[in-house]
Amino acid sequence: MVACHRSAWVALAVVWPAVPCAALGVTQPAGPIAVAERLILINATGIMLVVVLPVIVLTLAFAWRYRASNTTAVYRPDWDHSGQVELVVWAIPAMVVLLLSGVGWIGSHQLDPARRLESSVAPLRIEVASLDWKWLFIYPDQGIASVNELTIPAGTPIEFTLTSATVMNAFFIPQLGSQIYTMPHMADRLNLLADRAGDYVGFSAHFSGSGFADMRFAVHAVPAAAFPAWVRSVHAAGAPLDTPAYAALARPGTAPAATYGSVDPDLFGRIVGQTAPAAAMPQDVTNVR
Amino acid sequence: MFGKLTWAAIPFDQPLPMTASLFVLVGILTVLVLATVKGWWPYLWREWLTSVDHKHIGIMYVLLGLVLLLRGFVDALMMRSQLALATSGAPGYLTPEHYDQIFSAHGTIMIFFMAMPFIVGLMNFVVPLQLGVRDVAFPALNAVSFWLTATGALLVNVSLVVGEFAKTGWLAYPPLSELQFSPGVGVDYYLWALEISGIGTLLAGINLVTTILKLRAPGMLYMRMPVFCWTSLASSLLIVAAFPLLTATLGMLLLDRYLGMHFFTNDGGGNAMLYFNLIWAWGHPEVYILILPAFGVFSEVIATFSRKAVFGYRSMVFATLAICILSFTVWLHHFFTMGAGADVNAFFGIMSTIIAVPTGVKVFNWMFTMFRGRVRFETPILWSLGFIVTFVIGGLTGVLLAVPPADFVLHNSEFLVAHFHNVIIGGVVFGAMAGYNYWFPKAFGFTLDRRWGVVSFWCWLIGFYVAFMPLYVLGLLGMTRRLQHTDDPAWAPYLITAAVGALIILCGVFAQIAQLIVSIRTRDRRRDVTGDPWDGRTLEWSTPSPPPSYNFAIMPQVESQDDFWRRKQSGERPPPPRYQAIEVPPNSPNGFIVAFFSVVTGFALIWHIWWMAITGLACALVTLLVFGWIERTDRTLSAETLEAADRARAAGMQPP
Repeated sequence: MVACHRSAWVALAVVWPAVPCAALGVTQPAGPIAVAERLILINATGIMLVVVLPVIVLTLAFAWRYRASNTTAVYRPDWDHSGQVELVVWAIPAMVVLLLSGVGWIGSHQLDPARRLESSVAPLRIEVASLDWKWLFIYPDQGIASVNELTIPAGTPIEFTLTSATVMNAFFIPQLGSQIYTMPHMADRLNLLADRAGDYVGFSAHFSGSGFADMRFAVHAVPAAAFPAWVRSVHAAGAPLDTPAYAALARPGTAPAATYGSVDPDLFGRIVGQTAPAAAMPQDVTNVR
Repeated sequence: MFGKLTWAAIPFDQPLPMTASLFVLVGILTVLVLATVKGWWPYLWREWLTSVDHKHIGIMYVLLGLVLLLRGFVDALMMRSQLALATSGAPGYLTPEHYDQIFSAHGTIMIFFMAMPFIVGLMNFVVPLQLGVRDVAFPALNAVSFWLTATGALLVNVSLVVGEFAKTGWLAYPPLSELQFSPGVGVDYYLWALEISGIGTLLAGINLVTTILKLRAPGMLYMRMPVFCWTSLASSLLIVAAFPLLTATLGMLLLDRYLGMHFFTNDGGGNAMLYFNLIWAWGHPEVYILILPAFGVFSEVIATFSRKAVFGYRSMVFATLAICILSFTVWLHHFFTMGAGADVNAFFGIMSTIIAVPTGVKVFNWMFTMFRGRVRFETPILWSLGFIVTFVIGGLTGVLLAVPPADFVLHNSEFLVAHFHNVIIGGVVFGAMAGYNYWFPKAFGFTLDRRWGVVSFWCWLIGFYVAFMPLYVLGLLGMTRRLQHTDDPAWAPYLITAAVGALIILCGVFAQIAQLIVSIRTRDRRRDVTGDPWDGRTLEWSTPSPPPSYNFAIMPQVESQDDFWRRKQSGERPPPPRYQAIEVPPNSPNGFIVAFFSVVTGFALIWHIWWMAITGLACALVTLLVFGWIERTDRTLSAETLEAADRARAAGMQPP
């Protein structure tokens, strides 16, 4: 509940009697990328409000002050230009934009999704493939995989490589920061880190067809020490993700969360190359009316 | 014989679209029967369907925009009610198949068939009057432009009854829109409707550019043109530069879908990222095609109702042209999250924020136009004030989205949805409404009711904030767009609030309809006999309301900016008129007939009825050729006729 007060600034944005507490999203970051992005949001908004608020107030003030019924106000119908005023009106937005450009340039480079995070902890590699309409996560170094459930060690940089088996999607965990498109024939890169253990929500942020709304996944950030145990348990209990299993998984439709104890090491490369089985299939046969 | 078309294409089993289409069909039939019974057809055919008068074409454009606003708004109400019901895992009343069509149709209709016709209609109606000329450069082509736009609008609405509409979003991104993933006719409806109407829009743009560059009244130098003419010029230049891109991009997708090519497919070396770049290289200028004329409306309205010249005219012109050019350098900000790399993202981010400079200058100049003026709170300026306040908020969130790392967490979210509605409703729609209230008396000879206008304004303004401010919050809370249902119970209050906001806007729409009905019924009391109901500044107000088909019996001689205002202020009497015979272009059914065959062709192509497509296309081309070569003499109005008409008007009678 304490966390709720931190999102109070959101509540200020809209007059709302009570902000329900389950709400999370980008207002409550749980990793350095998301923290930095929220800071940029707040800073950029602040810089602009310095100009925007006076503009709103002055517009309404001028309209009221110079209303036709107020005959005491000065009326100068031919006052239609002024070098000084115009210099100021060009200079103010130009300065704001200069500041924001700096924020944007530095931010774009520091928070480039492809940029590796600096950390003393060795990174964990995870390959992500969006399927119709589920998420496949492959842990290449551990030789395991999971569907709609992403388990990561807290405090460890995660290096995602992402693609799509069919149409485009966007991989997004708001509390960890930066989303990125998953695209067929492409392998995008994304680096994230969860500061603390906890459960977060991930989903597709790019419309991908009729099962899109259910294309969500649970993110479990476990303490780094507990991660090897989770890997062992998946090895021990999970079925293999071989060609038939993948073909079944790739069929259009939603899927429950699942884990796989072993995985074909070439699978991700084959998905990127669009040579994995059953990747191509009309996702909705009912629309052939 | 009928390609893919069978009885199964009509969704008899789905009550919602069936009821809706039945309603529409009954409405259309009622109008047709009424027109037949009352014997209106000769009048409609002569004055409207075959008219090449830019004013009548402009009015028909606006009418098309208003009708499609209702259609798009019904879609919006369905979406908002679905999302208000389908919270916490509830399914709501619309299936994903249906919901996906609705949001795709909503976006397509609102941009291409509501905003575009409305804005092009205002330009068509106003620009020649403001320039002091008798028509646009190519009057017959103008009619073709309008009727091709109407064709696209009709095809989109036919998809409601016959077949389905796209389930891909309003830009039909591949690979989802490729045959492999969207085998139905929905995407084909989308593509052919936009290909056909896009040609109409391109022709309209060419027409307006030519008119403004070549046909100004004597003395109407560039730097004496009203700001609305400048923004119309910039917008039309953007149309000419950008719409071929749209046509080509959608054409490539058509080639993929119809001839098995591989521009954007997953296989055969296609690349969907190419489509993203191409469609947004059109799409971002499109935003400015819509907003620049709206900026022009606000410039006219604020100056007129402040009884003061627009402040910083040169800055306004320069800012308009700067936006025009910059708008082509920012398209990548629509997909910062594609992983283009830091340098590319930063470049496009900075270019996007730079557009805020000329836009900010305009806002300041509107502010200083009111400064030391005499502001009369008539309906058009209420929309303008509502616009400034709303638009700067939308500008703020827009610049926020232009900062790449901020976009990484806000892209595709409800925050984005709130942002673009903030600028499109707050900017384009408010501008259209301001222009509608402002120029209505010029078009029809009587003013619109102020009371209902004010009610409508407040409902729209309050409704907008109630509907879209919660979406900003939802975006920050992590709600993405285009969800058919949501699971997080914390989002429900915001979604329900947004639906209430849509209902408040609905009240605004009803108030607008009431305003129109009340105004028509009381038109005799609200006649504009002077032609200048607002104490205007520009040349359109020097003509009678409504203006004669030839606009100006005598070509105005322009000596300054705001020439009409200057003459009124100085009490300068125009020299005694020396009437000369003028030639008026004859009516032409060209546009209407071409549009008829375009509907046939488009429909046939959508359903793969090849014989019909070939016949329709051939007939459309033959029509164009025949009307292009036919020798038709312009109607000549003698000096005596013009003089008699002016005298009659001066005596307060209807001209003969």
